[in-house]
Amino acid sequence: MPNMSNEKTKMPQQAPDIRNKNFSEVALGYDKKMAMEEAERCLNCKNKPCMNGCPVNVKIPEFIDLVKKGDFEGAYYKIKETSSLPAVCGRVCPQESQCEKYCVRGIKGESVAIGRLERFVADYFMENCKEKQPEIVKKGKKVAVIGAGPASLACAGDLAKAGYDVTIFEAFHKAGGVLVYGIPEFRLPKNIVQAEIDKLKTLDVKIELDTVVGKTIEISELFDDGFEAVFIGTGAGLPSFMNIKGESLNGVYSANEFLTRVNLMKAYKFPEYDTPVYLGKNVAVVGGGNVAMDAARCAKRLGAEKVFIIYRRGEDEMPARLEEIEHAKEEGIIFNLLTNPVEIVGDENGWVTGIKCIKMQLGEPDKSGRRRPVPIKDSEFEIKLQNVIIAIGQTPNPLIKQTTKGLETYEWGGIIADEETGRTSIDGVYAGGDAVTGAATVILAMGAGKKAAKAIDEYLS
Amino acid sequence: MNFKRFEIIKKQVLNEQVTLLEVYAPKVAAKAEPGQFIIFRIDEKGERIPLTIADYNRQTGGVTIIFQQVGATTMKLADMNVGDCLLDFVGPLGTASELEGYKKVAVVGGGLGTAIAYPQAKKLFSLGSEVHIITGFRNKELIILEDECKKVSNRCVVATDDGSNGTKGFVTDVLKSLIEEGNNYDLVIAIGPLVMMKFVSKLTKEYGIKTIVSMNPVMIDGTGMCGGCRITVGGVTKFACVDGPDFDGHLVDFDEAIMRSKVFNKMEQQAKETHICKRLGGTV
Repeated sequence: MPNMSNEKTKMPQQAPDIRNKNFSEVALGYDKKMAMEEAERCLNCKNKPCMNGCPVNVKIPEFIDLVKKGDFEGAYYKIKETSSLPAVCGRVCPQESQCEKYCVRGIKGESVAIGRLERFVADYFMENCKEKQPEIVKKGKKVAVIGAGPASLACAGDLAKAGYDVTIFEAFHKAGGVLVYGIPEFRLPKNIVQAEIDKLKTLDVKIELDTVVGKTIEISELFDDGFEAVFIGTGAGLPSFMNIKGESLNGVYSANEFLTRVNLMKAYKFPEYDTPVYLGKNVAVVGGGNVAMDAARCAKRLGAEKVFIIYRRGEDEMPARLEEIEHAKEEGIIFNLLTNPVEIVGDENGWVTGIKCIKMQLGEPDKSGRRRPVPIKDSEFEIKLQNVIIAIGQTPNPLIKQTTKGLETYEWGGIIADEETGRTSIDGVYAGGDAVTGAATVILAMGAGKKAAKAIDEYLS
Repeated sequence: MNFKRFEIIKKQVLNEQVTLLEVYAPKVAAKAEPGQFIIFRIDEKGERIPLTIADYNRQTGGVTIIFQQVGATTMKLADMNVGDCLLDFVGPLGTASELEGYKKVAVVGGGLGTAIAYPQAKKLFSLGSEVHIITGFRNKELIILEDECKKVSNRCVVATDDGSNGTKGFVTDVLKSLIEEGNNYDLVIAIGPLVMMKFVSKLTKEYGIKTIVSMNPVMIDGTGMCGGCRITVGGVTKFACVDGPDFDGHLVDFDEAIMRSKVFNKMEQQAKETHICKRLGGTV
């Protein structure tokens, strides 16, 4: 019997006033009963609009049908046919603007909780099943993958399964890229990322940590060392600043610095862990994306009394996932929308004491299609605070571009690569993910990694 | 000999605060140039600390670092011995110093900065520049690398703040008198505490001598990602990790850099006290 409820089956989660004091995962996931109940809401439409909304075309109605039947293992393999990281994507994908946006059930009520079901299937599998080892026929050819974030992990996995000897080169001391340095534990537990990386290791993928390609070794040297193709998945790691007065004051962080301290270096466990993070009573995060929400919610968990989001457009224009915005509000984050910082104010010793802002109103749509914010005259005001975290975006890191002759990039730093294959201006060099598109989503990066793996396989065959 | 990854292959205590370690890191040694740095981590709970490369040996794969015990991590590092391994040692990071084409150069090292100035002097000397080295220390017990510096310079002056080695004065005093003597330097390299680099740059500006300083701000990744190492140079924000660490001393906003160097002072002090307590066998 189909479940005709207009609402999604609720997913248990930690209560807001408890979770905003710890770093454990917020959403706790469905159990079997909830998952099967929710799966019954899927009408198994003939034209499968949800699938077209998914950047990697996960066979959504088919996996949900298997969940209905209680075949969770089968559902997992169905998802894996087109996706590499279901446990990750089930948690961090912006489903409301992808698969769930097109769900027929969403017309009259809430769409099917596709993300929650994906997460359930992946978690169930991780707990109860063992991944079938694919039969790998070794090809005796080496491929180098640069960076260890979602694009690279997906690319490396597919190449290894196709029989290539894959080596991942990672600059940090830990693999996972933005999944470990950026996205906080409470949204994506690090043991899930580690499980994905361990799976790659069982496929004989080698991971060379502490290796900065462009510094420790250059791409041309990788070819000299016998690698026959290279995939660049180095992400968008260069933080943007606002270029307003006061950005160098003590207490101003880029979101990258703040989140890396907290997540990768575990500053939330200082002094058990050696890396500190300095945070005062009141904190502002500038920006409206997922990174801004993550930073704000980390600040709250670290004990800040008041945490403000300062965003120059309105809530409808915020690029963050709906769920993150809702969770942030529930946890007591204060939203200052249609507000733009004009100056960060400090004391005579160089410490932040406040932020001066101006009120904005929405005007005509700009290039991005969103209505352009324009300042309202004489509406300046100041918020007293001790920290400002700047989360207004990142651009690709120029290290590889600077040391790789012939690698063409856009003016803003993105590597020029074919959308379908990831092919760059250098023969045998492929690229994908945020390094190509600028800051986007985990699933888009993963999809690009998979496409490049296919193209590399064709190139080397 | 077969060494393990990031194994300490040599240790030398230069004075009670300053230690030299040579670490087996052949990939770093293969690429290292004067002016570049590494980032190390001691253990799983450790922080990432940048240190400028003091020397490297492409044949043996050894990379030398010289450091002062200023906080918990550098104290732990000083307690490590030959045969121990660091957990991480990544590099070479940053842009190498541009040292070619200079006739006469004054290399100024203040305290521990001497360890970073030394490879630059060595490279300049090997490139055929006339090299004058001026180093300054608080007292004669703290003098490091005196013999090494003499070997790679045409003239070497070691000064102490208290005059305990016979030459009293600050490096700026020595540099000024050398310039006044008629030495026409076409480059001054100043490496040391921020205040020292500030005053050397101020002095050389009066004489119009090009001056390069080496900045060592707080950073995490060392690849341009965190932006923690940002400094203002000529009114523009630069990242010391990728744009530097060498910068034009006449353009660096030293007052801002000095202010920013204090961000984590309180927490570093806490970590240091915790560590000292542990080292003494106490429980925290």
